[in-house]
Amino acid sequence: MDTCIEKIRAIGADLLAKGTVEKVIGFADGSIPMATRPIALTSDKEVDKLVFNSVCGLNLANYVSKNSLSSKEGKIAVVAKGCDARNLVTHIVENQISREQIYIIGVPCTGMVDKRKIAALFDDEITGFEEHGDTLTITSASKTETVKKADVLRHNCRVCTHSNPPVYDVMAGDPVEEQTLDHPYEDVDQIAAMDLDARWAYFENLTKNCIRCYACRNACPLCYCPTCFVDESSPQWVGKGQNEIDVTTFHFLRAFHCAGRCTDCGACVEACPMGINVRDFTRKLNKDALELFGWEAGLVLDKRPPLDAYSPNDPNDFIK
Amino acid sequence: MMGNLLEHMGIDRDRIHFSWISSAEATKFVDVVREISEKVRALGPNKKFVKDYTK
Repeated sequence: MDTCIEKIRAIGADLLAKGTVEKVIGFADGSIPMATRPIALTSDKEVDKLVFNSVCGLNLANYVSKNSLSSKEGKIAVVAKGCDARNLVTHIVENQISREQIYIIGVPCTGMVDKRKIAALFDDEITGFEEHGDTLTITSASKTETVKKADVLRHNCRVCTHSNPPVYDVMAGDPVEEQTLDHPYEDVDQIAAMDLDARWAYFENLTKNCIRCYACRNACPLCYCPTCFVDESSPQWVGKGQNEIDVTTFHFLRAFHCAGRCTDCGACVEACPMGINVRDFTRKLNKDALELFGWEAGLVLDKRPPLDAYSPNDPNDFIK
Repeated sequence: MMGNLLEHMGIDRDRIHFSWISSAEATKFVDVVREISEKVRALGPNKKFVKDYTK
C-alpha cells in the first residue's frame, strides 16, 4: 500500500497544477505516531504532505458535504478508500453533492489497523510506527514490536468486501482482490444467539463508558444534519446527561438514522475515545438491509436507498 | 428494521407494534390497541429502556 502514495501525490499535483480541481482532500501525518489527520491542499507544491498508510482510519467523505461545500466552489478531489468512495456515492445519492463537484482518487485498500490492539502490546507510549508491506514495526521507549498487519486489522476491515472504490475518476493503484465471506455477519449472529435479557445487558455494558462526546457522530459522513437530534432543545428528544437510558437512546437512534446508509467504514469506532464498538448497532442494520432489501450502501449512483424509496415488494409483515 | 434493532438490543418483540390505521378506521384502532394492551399485560411491566427518574 505504501507504493500508492507516490501515485496519489502525482495525481494530486497534476489535478491542482492543471486547475482541474480547487482542492485535494487527503490524509497527512498527525502530531503523534500512528495518527493521521485530514488535510485540504490547494497548491501542487504541498502534495508531499499527503500520506497513505494503514492508520488512515477516518472517512474523508465526511469533509465533503453540503455544509462544507458551496456551489460557488470548484471541484474537489478526494483520496478515497473503498468505504470513503461508497460514502461519496451516498452523498451524491442523497443530493449532498453532485457527481460533477467531486473528483474521486480511488485507492485500493488493504485495510486499516486497530490502534487499540497495537497500543495494548505496550505498557508505555508508542514513539514510532513504520510500515513495510505487510509488516508493521512499532516502537516505544522500552521495546520494539514487529507485527503482521493482518493480525491487527480492524474488525470492519477484516470483514470488508469492498476494498476497491466502486465509483472513481482515477485509480491510484491496481485493484486488490476482494474477499468473499461465508459468514459476513458472524458478530451480529453471536449477539442474536443470546436471550433477550443477555442482549439488553450486552448493549448496556457496551455503552456504559460513553461520555456523550459525540465523536462517533462527528466522524460519521452520514451525520451531516445541521442540527443533530441530540443537540435540539425544542423539542428535546433525548436527555443530555449520563443517564444510561439517555446514552442508549442516543446510540440506538443515531444508528437507526444510518439504516440502509452505513458503509461500515469504522470511522465511528476509530474516533471513539472510550473504545466503544458502536458498530454493534449499525452492523445489525446493515445485515437487515442486505437480507431484507439486498442492499449495500454506496455501490451504485442510480438507485435510491431502501428506506428512501417505496417498492410493492418491500417486506411488510411487521405491519399489522 | 427499527423493530428488528430493538429486538436485537433485547426488547421483547411483543412490546413493539407497527400499524397503519386510517382516521376513518375507528374500530381497527380500538382492536389494535386492545390487542397490544393484552400482549403487553401478559408480559408484565417493562424494565428495559425505561428511565428511572428516582436515580
